[in-house]
Parts: sequence; C-alpha cells; structure tokens
Amino acid sequence: MADERGDSVLNGYDPNGFYCEMLGNAANQPIRDRLALLTVEALQRRSADAEAELYNLGITFTVYSDKDAIDRILPFDVIPRVLSPVEWDHIERGVIQRVAAINHLLDDIYHDEKILKDGIIPVELIKGNANYRPIMQGVKVPHKSYVNICGTDIVRGADGTFMVLEDNARTPSGVSYVIENRHMMARAFPDLMNGIGIRPVDNYGLMLQAAMQEIAPAGCDDPQVVLLSPGTYNSAYFEHVFLAREMGVPLVEGRDLLVENDKVYMRTISGLSRVDVIYRRLNDDALDPEAFLPDSLLGVPGLMRAYRAGNVSLANAVGTGVSDDKAVYAYMPRIIKYYLGEDAILPNVETNICREPDALQYTLDNMHNLVVKPVGEAGGYGICIGPKATKEELAEARAKLIADPSNYISQPVISLSVSPTLVDGGIEGRHVDLRPFAITGEKTWVLPGGLTRVALRRGSLVVNSSQGGGSKDTWVLE
Amino acid sequence: MSSLLSRYAECIFWLARFVERAENLARILDVNETFSRDARGSQNWLSIVQLNADEKRFFEKHPIATADAVIRFYVTDVENPTSIIAAIRAARENARTLRPLISTEMWVQLNVFYNRLKTIDKAELAPGAMTRLLSWIKEACQTHTGITEGTFFRDQGWYFYQLGRYIERADQTTRLLDIKYHLLLPKTADVGSPVDASQWSALLRSAAGYHAFRRLHSNGITPARVAGFLLLNHRFPRSVYLCLREVDTNLSELRSRYSLRGGTDACNSVDELHAILSTKTIDEILHAGLHEFIDLIQCQLADITNHLAVAFFGVLPTVPDAEAAPPPQ
Repeated sequence: MADERGDSVLNGYDPNGFYCEMLGNAANQPIRDRLALLTVEALQRRSADAEAELYNLGITFTVYSDKDAIDRILPFDVIPRVLSPVEWDHIERGVIQRVAAINHLLDDIYHDEKILKDGIIPVELIKGNANYRPIMQGVKVPHKSYVNICGTDIVRGADGTFMVLEDNARTPSGVSYVIENRHMMARAFPDLMNGIGIRPVDNYGLMLQAAMQEIAPAGCDDPQVVLLSPGTYNSAYFEHVFLAREMGVPLVEGRDLLVENDKVYMRTISGLSRVDVIYRRLNDDALDPEAFLPDSLLGVPGLMRAYRAGNVSLANAVGTGVSDDKAVYAYMPRIIKYYLGEDAILPNVETNICREPDALQYTLDNMHNLVVKPVGEAGGYGICIGPKATKEELAEARAKLIADPSNYISQPVISLSVSPTLVDGGIEGRHVDLRPFAITGEKTWVLPGGLTRVALRRGSLVVNSSQGGGSKDTWVLE
Repeated sequence: MSSLLSRYAECIFWLARFVERAENLARILDVNETFSRDARGSQNWLSIVQLNADEKRFFEKHPIATADAVIRFYVTDVENPTSIIAAIRAARENARTLRPLISTEMWVQLNVFYNRLKTIDKAELAPGAMTRLLSWIKEACQTHTGITEGTFFRDQGWYFYQLGRYIERADQTTRLLDIKYHLLLPKTADVGSPVDASQWSALLRSAAGYHAFRRLHSNGITPARVAGFLLLNHRFPRSVYLCLREVDTNLSELRSRYSLRGGTDACNSVDELHAILSTKTIDEILHAGLHEFIDLIQCQLADITNHLAVAFFGVLPTVPDAEAAPPPQ
C-alpha cells in the first residue's frame, strides 16, 4: 500500500457544507487513517476488479427491454459508510420501536379499530386505502407479528439528525446487497478492514429462518419454509435466490404450489409435499387469483383460504401495505405515542398531507421549495423535487396535485448527508441514505447496518437503483 | 430435507443436456475444420447441417453451405436454436433458475462462458483462428462438467443431471454416426485409399475415440468396426452402450435411494434399449440397416425422456414416439 504513488484518497475531499458521514464522527478516525494510505488509482483499480466480480457472480438486477434481458450490477462504491456504536444504538432502538408500533397498528385496524374510534387517524385514510385488505379482518396472525421483514429508510439532515423518510413494510428488498457488499469488501480491501472491529452481517439468513419457524402455524413441529418468487424474470430474482440459499429453503414459484383442502403443497419428484410457511416476494394482489387480481398467473389459487384457515403462514402478512403508505407515515409519531406511550426515537421528516386543505394550500404556495411525492408509488417514481425542477416540471406536478390532492404529500427538501465516493474525477461527496432491515418473529432483531444507497449523480438526491443509485458497504463499529 | 421440486429436476436435466450438446457441436465443427477434407481438399459442411436436421432453417438464411455460413450458423447465431450460443444461453437460463440448488462456481462459470460467447467477433471465426475458438468452447464445456463433478451436492438433483448428460450424449453419438456413415460409405474407387481412412479417423476423433479405437483395432479401420465401436463398446465413454448403462445405473439408484414410486415406464424403456444393445452384433445391425437401427435408438431415448418428464417433471403424457420434450423456458 505504502509504495503506491499518487493522491491519497481523502486529500482535497470537500463535503461542500453537507453533513459528512466520514468526517462527522471521531469514531471513524482509524478508517480515515487507513484510507489515507491508499491512492485514488489503487482504489480505482480495486473497484474495477470488484465490479467485474459482481458481474461474474451475477449479483445483478435485471432490466428488460423488448428483445433482451440485460443484467446490471447495482453500482458498488468501495468507500464504506461507517456508523459508530452510539449512532447505531440510537438507530436500532428507533427501528425496533417503529416496527412494534406498526405491528400494533395492523393488529388494531384488522381487529378492534381502537385507533380509528379514538380519532387518532382518519378512518378513510385506512379504510379507503388501496392497500387495506378487508379480507384480513379478524384473521389471527402468529405473535401478532404482521411485518416480519421491515426496511426503514433513514436519512440524515444538515445537523446530523437521523430521520425516517419512509417505512417499507411490504416486501422490502436490498438485504442481499448488504451481505454481498461485505463479502466483496473482505476480498478487495482486507487491509482496510483488518482489526477495525466491524459488526458481522452474515447471520441474516439464520435469523430470518428462525423467525419463519417462530411464525409457523400452531402445532407445526418441523415447519417447511419456502420462498415464493415471481420467477427468474423478476428484477430482484438474485435476491430471492440469495435468501433461499441463506435460509436453506426451496425457492418456489406459484406454479410449484397448489392448495387442496385449504392446505398448501409443493410439487416434488416424489409427489405433493406440505408447505407451512411462505416468505413471499409477491405483492398482495398477485398472491391468489381467487382473492385478489383474477388474472395474476404468479400466485396460487386458494392460498388465502389456506391462510385464513390458519394452515399456512405468510411473511409478511397480507395487508401490511396500509402501514407504509406515505400518508399514514405522517401520523407515525402519533401512532407510536398511542400504542407505546413513548415519543418517537427517530423523528419523521416534517410532512404535509395534501388531503388536508391547509397543507394543500401550503404545498401549492411553496412548491419550488418542497418535495412532492405521490403516496402510492415506490422506487422514486413520480417525485417532484421543487428546487431542482424546471418550470415545465413544476407546472405538470402542480396540475397533477390539484387533480388528485389526496394522492400526494409534500416535505421540505432535506440536505441529505454525503459520503466520500469514488467518481470519475476522483473522490467527491455524494448523498446517501440508510435502510436497516428488521426481522420480527416473536421479537425484533435488526441487522447491524443495512443498505446504504448512494446517489451517484453529482447533486442528485435520488438514491433508488432504478434512478441511477448505487450502494456502499455499511460498517457498524463494535 | 425436502424432496426436489419437479421444476428443478426438469431444469437440471436440461442444463446438462444443453452443455453436452454444445460440447458435441464444438467437436464436430472442429474436426470438420481440421480433418475432414476430401480428395480435392475441400470440406463438406453441408453434412453438419444434415446431422442436426437443420436444412430448412439453414437455407432460409444462407443460399449455400459454405464454411463461413455453417460456422456462423452453429457458433454465434443466436436466432438458431441449435447453435452453440443458443445452447449455452439455455443452459445459463436453466442455471439461473437453479441457483438456489447448484454451486456458485457452476453458476459463475456458465455466466462467464455465456458472456464471453456473446463477444466472439469475426476474426475469431476466421479459418486460421477457429480451431482455437472451438477448442476453447469444448474446454469450457468440460470445465463445466468438471466443476459440477467437483462441487455439485450429490442429492436427487445430481441424478437428474447425470440422466440428462448421458441421454444427450448417446443421442449425439447416434446422430454423428448416422450422417457420417452414409456420407462415408465406401465408393468402389475410394476403398482403402488414404483419404477414406482419414475420413473415418476424423469421425472417431470428433468423438475423442481415435486413440482408443486404434488400441482396440490395431489392424485397421473399417466402417463396421467404427460403427460397432461408437454404438456397442463397453468402455468408450461416448458409446451409446456405455451412456445407456449410466442412465440405467443412475435411474435405479435415484429411485431406490429416495424411494420414488414414479419412473417405472422410464426404467422399462431403458431395459428394452439395453436388451437391444446387448444382444445384437454390429454385423447384424448393419445387415438390417444402420439408419433404421439408429432411428430406433433415438426414438427409445425420446421415450425415456418423455417417461421421465411424466414421472418426475409433472408433464402430462404425450404420444410415445414424439420428439424429445421442448426445453423449459
């Protein structure tokens, strides 16, 4: 390392006034010291090797055009994002609290509806929500654990405060990159990691498998767990493979399963074999053509009958989408207070609910300063970032907002924190967020760290992989 | 541990078949390029098109079977389902589906193999360079086989892999023999000529059987001996007999070790074919007609595949002598 010549990695790096994940914390000093021993050229060389390896390993998401399937790797930045023990403790407690509140909320709205009767959340916000599933009313869910896998998107503002931007309580993805990124770093940068003391991530599969066992139907001794995928054409197929392998369970598609007498079976070479727990990576509405979208070919006819009869468990439970809705999000501090009697450990980003006339007016008056988001979309689609939008884009967003106000929320633009990132010209600050993954069976466990997504375009605030985002390894120090 | 998913059994069976198919095609093209020149020194490339029964599709694209056209058709033409790149693409797609089951090394090698095939350019297909390319393809297939042997967990999936590999290999050997035998049948003037002998040795070389054959028949090459070697020899790894014996062993072991009730029909078809290959001599076979005999073997192999599909892959029964089941998408 020492004999390599050229500029060392953090020489001349300037976060341009944003909160910097690398420089903002004294606990990162040992890592900064080691980075200083590396040149930018060495970093570039190892980075190229790492990307080639990701491609060969097929750690890809797939983009489909008319003719061909193109495998793309999620761009990987080799400079890690580091969290101190104190920072992580705060995030971990905040995530556990939030998951607990969400599970209370779901149990309540599908049973007693106390929170609605007490007027904490408008009834129509829940019952009029496209992701509210009436079929779940009165259904008993083991341990009242609805959201077994939760991804909480967290950002950091200019003053270094962590805030929750979004909850992902349906089928959050990205955890495979967390673990593969760590493996990649261990191969490419042993000199950077040795002796630092980084909390490991590779027991995720074991913890997930344990939670799946815990939520099995009562009286099931040695539950058969499967992972249900939409198939090889799904862009997250690699992650499905990864998780099935890490859990040691079959990866099935809808056509491998069938329901007889309200019990679920899979087709094997020795005939039908009983299935007890399904970690499903299908949306609710694709799960069962008898209960939801009748023309879905990905699901299993009769699955909801088996589920309601208590003969099979699903993770996540059906109907969790109502809890990560962007409008319900605005109420989350009040929901936490209502069920747990606590203040939110991780605050929300201030949110204007455009279904409320005052908030709509405020949003219309300040669009050039606000981020306007449709409540039903994922993946960064349909977002209008006021300060970055052109006149035409602003006018278009305004028209859409006026046409359907209750479909939108608005938030102030957050000066997202940055992290030093290898780009063509050298090292520059790029905006990052963080998605920790929480697994809940009887209790909640949070994978140390999570997925750090990085907006690779200069100045961009959008970290989604579909919008030019990449990822970084996330280190939680011991 | 749970039983193997039917869909996986089918995918692993076809994964093995596609790689075996690609390897055989590379062998045939390589030998044609290197050894099969006639008395005037020109090579017969049409026979390869006939071997694969591709005349219709080939002549829709190319007016005549030149070396260049045939090689492009079989190496890099993604639209031709019988090309090497199409076979490896299909193998890779199956491997992608099978990633929860197969070793990472198996997947990585096929992924890199396919990605490399996509980059083949004109210069690599030029006459002087092509042998190197085809050797590399053959070796990449063998690397796959070796990695599989060394890393693939020996459970139910392994048996389906073996079944696919040996059924495909037996089928490829019969195809090679069928077309070459008729093409090379001695015309009076050629008998015993050096060209004649070199044609027969080329046939053996494409099946990697030349040296073994020489050891066995040091007193000379005759069409009957070559046909007998490729069909009936008990020790040659590409002979139909040996492949069938492997199918037999693997199928029996699979059924008994995992107490599978299905597969009786497939076993019966294997037994029938085994009986035919064990009792007939090559002279009897040639006397009754080699082409008819090869037809019978190919039908029987297709039968075995269909029976396996019905018993284990969850496929509905089809007409007994239909073509082999289409590869899973």
